Amino acid sequence: MDRKVGIIGVGSSRFGIRNDVNFSELAFESFKQALDDSGIEAKDIEYYVVSNVGIWSSEELPAITLGESLNLVGKGSLRVEAACASGSAGVKTAYEMVKSGNADVVLVLGIEKMNESQTPNVVELIGRAGNYFWEFENFGLTFPGYYALYATAYMNEYQAKEEDLCKVAVKNHYYGARNPNAHFQKEVTIEDCMNSKYVAWPLKLLDSSPITDGSASIIVASEDYIRKNGIKEPVWIKSIGYSTDTSNLSKRSNFLSLRSTVEAAEIAYKKANLNKDEITKKIDVAEVHDCFTIAEILAYEDLGLFPRGEGIKALKDKQTYIGGKIPVNLSGGLKAKGHPIGATGVSMMVELTKQLKYKAEKQRQADIKNGIALAHNVGGTGHYAYVTILSLN
Amino acid sequence: MSNETTLTVVEKKRKSLPIIIDQKRNAYLWESNRELKLKYMLSVEKIKRFFEGLAENKLLATKCEKCNELYFPPQSFCSKCLSNNMKWVELSKEGEIVTFTKIYVKPTSFSHYADYTIGIIRLKEGINVLAWISEKNVNKLKVGMKGRIEIVNREPENYLTYEIIPIEN
Repeated sequence: MDRKVGIIGVGSSRFGIRNDVNFSELAFESFKQALDDSGIEAKDIEYYVVSNVGIWSSEELPAITLGESLNLVGKGSLRVEAACASGSAGVKTAYEMVKSGNADVVLVLGIEKMNESQTPNVVELIGRAGNYFWEFENFGLTFPGYYALYATAYMNEYQAKEEDLCKVAVKNHYYGARNPNAHFQKEVTIEDCMNSKYVAWPLKLLDSSPITDGSASIIVASEDYIRKNGIKEPVWIKSIGYSTDTSNLSKRSNFLSLRSTVEAAEIAYKKANLNKDEITKKIDVAEVHDCFTIAEILAYEDLGLFPRGEGIKALKDKQTYIGGKIPVNLSGGLKAKGHPIGATGVSMMVELTKQLKYKAEKQRQADIKNGIALAHNVGGTGHYAYVTILSLN
Repeated sequence: MSNETTLTVVEKKRKSLPIIIDQKRNAYLWESNRELKLKYMLSVEKIKRFFEGLAENKLLATKCEKCNELYFPPQSFCSKCLSNNMKWVELSKEGEIVTFTKIYVKPTSFSHYADYTIGIIRLKEGINVLAWISEKNVNKLKVGMKGRIEIVNREPENYLTYEIIPIEN
């Protein structure tokens, strides 16, 4: 069996340092919205997937904790981990269950409560997300450090400057300031970015996504279920592409591109019958993985939105703002909306569903022409990559 | 009534609740009393020759006897042809710096070190090695500059490791 899979409900918590809620309360915010949005009831959900990395938070069996709080006890479940791409990996799990005919209605709930731990410990735990012995134990790499290795190589190859990277922060904070769920709802200037402290040279604090708490939920259903129940305006998951790369960064041949993204995009485009050469003509809006400013630039080029080395120019020419060639990260991206690791990929689906249905806040709503959107979600430093194509048709 | 006042009342009644207030967000936080100290024990039995090599001032890699694939970090089996017939080979320790960074915001377990530079050097053999760089001033480093590996002592722990030494042209 091979069935169409549609997103029938979406929800997102407010992102930020959420000391005002516990783990279940944070999940409740996005779960209730998604359920209300779909019009179905919790009893209609057959299986639920929880995307969560969780090493910084206290609940060791997050799916079970949430099952009890959200009245899902007795349903099938699992926790999915693919580093910062856990959300997309969760969506992939639900998609395959519905597509294959094993379930009609599946919930994906992405959640991370990172601020249950002290910041230096979180820095340490994310820094271990590479090769533990050969990179962390002896050399103390950090998450910004990994991406900084890419930034240095990229800047050298294409004569890019730190100011050029900061343009990603300026754009994403501009849109984050217009997203009521964003962690940072404040615009920043190139000067603010340039004056922020180095985290891992050449990356500065304002080149980096914050340590965020948040949850995002989507409910996916089969075409049969959608038709039978008269559910209006589903957003279809057209395709999901995926790949991985080496644990050790030193095992990679270059630091100008994330190979896993290139491969994930190829698979996703092929399955959705999209041609990489004309991808910007087909896609109305994209959410890409901007955990650091350099990551958004690499994404432009790896996804084929802009030619190699021209990511910087695209930013200068405002080609990724609304009205440009392809608007990117109108949610504020990981950079300003925030990056609650397990929730991020699911949150991209929430955002793009809203964009496709003209439900985003007016000042950050893209023009929808073809009804197609792209989500790009990276785990670790290109260790995992997922590209998902959503469509109104 | 602010949360602070409420908490003071709670504290008076119960004396010692482990509750602190996030003043900025006006939120109560229970500070857990259960602290865990994690320390891993990692098996290096099958690659112990590598560490003996460091003591002999050598940087060792492994090579598959069957398909000739070279491995750094060294490993005891070949990922490609699945043979576990590996031999130890000495690396040249000379190459070119491919990329680098300097870590300012450090992990907790590295907080006792001064800010450190990390680089990846591509050795003559075509294999990459990631390590600290002896030069701490990033302005003195360039992608493509020559460098070599030196076996050094890591202080204050006092254990053998390897480091990249940039060579100025």
